[in-house]
Amino acid sequence: MSVLVYTESEQGTFKKVALEVASYAKAVANQMGTTVTAVTINAEDTSILGTYGVDKVLKVSDSQLEKFNANAYASIIAQAAQKEGSQVVIVSSSSDSKYLAPLLAVDLNAGYASNVVEAPTSTAPFTVKRTAFTNKAFNMTTINTDVKLVALSKNAFGLVENSAAAAAEDFTPSIPEFGVNVQSVDKVTGKVTIADAEIVVSGGRGLKGPENWGMVEELADVLGAATACSKPVSDLGWRPHSEHVGQTGKPVAANLYIAIGISGAIQHLAGINASKVKVVINTDPEAPFFKAADYGIVGDAFEVVPKLIEKLKTFKAQQ
Amino acid sequence: MKILVCISHVPDTTSKINFTEGDTKFDTNGVQFVINPNDEFGLTRAMWFKEKQGATVDVVNVGGPETEPTLRKALAIGADSAIRVNTEPTDGFVVAKQLAKVVQDGGYDLVIAGRESIDYNGGMVPGMLARLSNANFVNTCIGLEVEGTAVTAVREIDGGKETVSTSFPLVIGGQKGLVEESDLRIPNMRGIMMARKKPLTVLEPVEASAETASVKFEKPAPKGAVTLIDPDNVEELVNLLHNEAKVI
Repeated sequence: MSVLVYTESEQGTFKKVALEVASYAKAVANQMGTTVTAVTINAEDTSILGTYGVDKVLKVSDSQLEKFNANAYASIIAQAAQKEGSQVVIVSSSSDSKYLAPLLAVDLNAGYASNVVEAPTSTAPFTVKRTAFTNKAFNMTTINTDVKLVALSKNAFGLVENSAAAAAEDFTPSIPEFGVNVQSVDKVTGKVTIADAEIVVSGGRGLKGPENWGMVEELADVLGAATACSKPVSDLGWRPHSEHVGQTGKPVAANLYIAIGISGAIQHLAGINASKVKVVINTDPEAPFFKAADYGIVGDAFEVVPKLIEKLKTFKAQQ
Repeated sequence: MKILVCISHVPDTTSKINFTEGDTKFDTNGVQFVINPNDEFGLTRAMWFKEKQGATVDVVNVGGPETEPTLRKALAIGADSAIRVNTEPTDGFVVAKQLAKVVQDGGYDLVIAGRESIDYNGGMVPGMLARLSNANFVNTCIGLEVEGTAVTAVREIDGGKETVSTSFPLVIGGQKGLVEESDLRIPNMRGIMMARKKPLTVLEPVEASAETASVKFEKPAPKGAVTLIDPDNVEELVNLLHNEAKVI
């Protein structure tokens, strides 16, 4: 009966999204008058999950599962859901979770709603609010199957502390064939990724050339932020595709998004709209971004950004 | 190599999004429809398989007759034939069920779909299709090579990428990176003429019931006006971000 949540970890430690989905699962469980069970794969210390409302933890430990495999992970979560008799299963919107979720939906005969941004408005019928049209709209969706699968949008619910036991027990599901095998992983280390970032600093064509990205990186450094860019910048090859944010690039749901020299085309705004606070720095007061932003500076980025870096350094030093 | 490319028929990325019938339906009035951008990268990659490795490429859409111009565009770009499954794509599961039948009957080795459509952003059809068809699945795919029966794919992950090996039958959830923006093709006159003669088969749907239902759409609340800060007083921005927005 309990709500099942998949809490992702990386090298044994929970990702922030894991704690957010646990918080969300607790809210759903309260609405349904039940408890929360988390399933973890190769996580070490699971006690922190109790702080976010998890009553019980099914711990899977298997060296074969060291690298993510959607087939196997989906099957494990499905087996956990069946063991718990769960009617609601919750995952995050990380790239791994969005990969496994449709497989899991088929395994559980579960209706699946992705990009969910709030706790259900009703549990019968089970109704959730999700984003559609790349954040240009919301869609109220009912899930009409016995088992429901929800993928929570990042940074949509936040962390909510609760006190629960997080009683851990070992779980040894059967592991299917992988089908897809990881050969190599190429991951930037020591740099904040757009997916995990609380703050994102993004540059557009207004920066005139890749050689001018030093100040974007420095600003990101001071703020502990990830760097991103607009579509034209990635198309021109000034910055890697992995930094492209917008409708056809990565979505951004940060607490703070700072756009430098980005005019704010509708496709770009759609991709970053889920961010809480938006700042724009642009020479053109008519740039559409000023209509979407919370704070704006009409001015030359080459003058404003270095000043901003300096002021932020002073501010950080005082903290 | 038999390839099927799934084509979603979606509003152009610049479209203004409005709703009608008490906010329950998307208002198509004045909206230009295009091939879903994530699918178009996959279609172009499929064209390379056709030209360099002799693959055949079919395209498929699940939808009403209004999607046929979008399928014709895919034919004009170079696909060999098109299939339309004549049913309302009520939810991702219904679409995946229809596609699974097409894949089963057509004996495709490789199915390339976009990682998500830019209208509903469900991101579920490729994965569901793979599971229903017992096929391997690589999502957020940004690179794909086939040599004999060996497939190598590159997947975008949070903060980087990983290279995987797999085999047919295979479903791809593709995106930009499969090919670059500059590799996309605009149909030429010859392509458009030829597309008129290529087969477009309309199939009746298999039985499938939706698992989810869209109840209503809402637009985000209108935003308050931007607070402008003097470029000579950036300290004010730092203060506002700290004291008012509380994000630093």
